[in-house]
Amino acid sequence: MGGYTTSEIATIMAMQGIAGLSLFGVFLLMALGLAIIFGQMGVINMAHGEFLTLGSYATYVVATMFESYAPGLFSYYFPVAIVLSFLVAFGVGYLLEYGLVRHLYKRPLDTLLATWAVGLIMQQIFRSIFGGRGVSADAPDWLQGSIQLSQMLFLSRSDLFVMCIAIAMTVIVAILLYRARWGMRVRSTTQNRAMANAVGINTAKVDRNTFALGCGLAGIAGSAFTTISATTPTAGAQYLVDTFLVVVLGGAASLLGTVASAFSIAQAQSILEFFITGSMAKVLTLMVVIGIIMLRPQGLFTLKVRQ
Amino acid sequence: MLKVNDLSIGYGLSQVVHDINLELGKGEILGVMGRNGMGKTTLFKALIGLLPSWSGDIQMGGVELTGERPYRRVASGLAYVPQGRQVFATLTVEENIRTGLEATGQKKIPDDIYSLFPVLQEMRKRRAGNLSGGQQQQLAIARALAAEPDVLLLDEPTEGIQPSIIKDMAKTLREIRQVRNISILFSEQVLSFAMDVSDRVLVMDRGKLVDEMQGEELSEATMAKYLSV
Ligand SMILES: Nc1ncnc2c1ncn2[C@@H]1O[C@H](COP(=O)(O)OP(=O)(O)OP(=O)(O)O)[C@@H](O)[C@H]1O
Ligand SMILES: [Mg+2]
Repeated sequence: MGGYTTSEIATIMAMQGIAGLSLFGVFLLMALGLAIIFGQMGVINMAHGEFLTLGSYATYVVATMFESYAPGLFSYYFPVAIVLSFLVAFGVGYLLEYGLVRHLYKRPLDTLLATWAVGLIMQQIFRSIFGGRGVSADAPDWLQGSIQLSQMLFLSRSDLFVMCIAIAMTVIVAILLYRARWGMRVRSTTQNRAMANAVGINTAKVDRNTFALGCGLAGIAGSAFTTISATTPTAGAQYLVDTFLVVVLGGAASLLGTVASAFSIAQAQSILEFFITGSMAKVLTLMVVIGIIMLRPQGLFTLKVRQ
Repeated sequence: MLKVNDLSIGYGLSQVVHDINLELGKGEILGVMGRNGMGKTTLFKALIGLLPSWSGDIQMGGVELTGERPYRRVASGLAYVPQGRQVFATLTVEENIRTGLEATGQKKIPDDIYSLFPVLQEMRKRRAGNLSGGQQQQLAIARALAAEPDVLLLDEPTEGIQPSIIKDMAKTLREIRQVRNISILFSEQVLSFAMDVSDRVLVMDRGKLVDEMQGEELSEATMAKYLSV
């Protein structure tokens, strides 16, 4: 590889790997949402990226509000913004399911088109309200700066923060899915919708809440995203393809798979980006993923049981 | 308890079940006997709401169920054990039973369930998909009972279960009636099982109820023309 020595390459890989951690966080949050929606209802939500954007703008709005009305509390705006981003995205997702998606469950292609259209509409609404140019809020001071890991290696606080949020949300989702009543409803409905209904579960309500939760997670991804980059109307749409890749590679049925897959894809892109262009890095990742899917169509991780 | 009037059901354009009338008394165990393909499963699916009925109506304790979605019917006191059991394979035994609690909103699994099916208590942390067929059948019944139903629907409970265990199943059904004081409607092809448990039997032939017998009238001789192939 060019004129680099082995130790230089190792340092570069470490640097890029650390830079890829925030990407990992965003991928993970996005993929979690997309995967639980896909796993539950077989719906691919093409507007999923716009829920990230929605969360980003919500965070921006909260930051601006704090700046003008409570400047003394500015450093605490982030927790509020995360909760609010989640709630806004959850609410819009809930309405989207109720108003549109639930009527199309038996028509996957129509769902794809309809949610894609909703995504475009949302982008236009963002553009009308916030303009086409990027907006960004100052990060609170505790998110600025970085931690020095070694002479050459720095880990920015915001990247660390994004990754922590993503992992915390993954743990919460795992607890919800495997320990809470909601998760039992989701898992039984996913497995056998008719039977779940016939044992007494309101599967339509489970669908609605699951869809909304998936959107809410994308909202949190949006909140995290503001610490990485400025928010534009198409900010989320750029992540849609990557998010699909993560879900497909990880296998929609497995949380662990989603984590591993988000990590690998984020790292691969970030590290490759140093040596080749960003778009070439994407192409290469895509090709590797396609190769893996051809060998393991069910994704890297699956549950094994009889029946 | 359960009252069905002039119920007709079909798939697409072809009618499969014709003008069913039946009434299930409180605490009664009623069997629907019929050979393969006579429409038993179709009838049971329509009762729980998994298939729309073409005409006629279904009532539970005077409450109209026709057109209601399945989970609403479960909340009204109907519980369903499908043919082929259909337990949730990746859920544990205990979780499977808990899905039945959704209908009542209860938090605790009723005490009598594990005393009726001790084997399920032993296996409560196992995945349901790893249970034997007979154990899965018990689990499917336990899951239905968790909803505290007034009427239990069992579609061919003995299918794929070995004769010695069929005896136990009959005993369990009588025990369930005794403990819970509920009514049971089941479909069946195995005559000995029906003779063992039912107070009364209806005979289904090509989608119609064609005969009715009290439990004691049931014998190889009286059923010969309906069940022999
Ligand atoms: N989904 C379906 N679409 C079309 N026809 C069906 C469908 N399911 C069942 N049938 C037909 O309806 C008739 C009754 O089937 P049903 O499953 O109700 O019979 P059954 O009495 O339960 O039989 P078995 O004892 O084998 O379970 C059969 O002729 C069958 O071919
Ligand atoms: Mg049948």
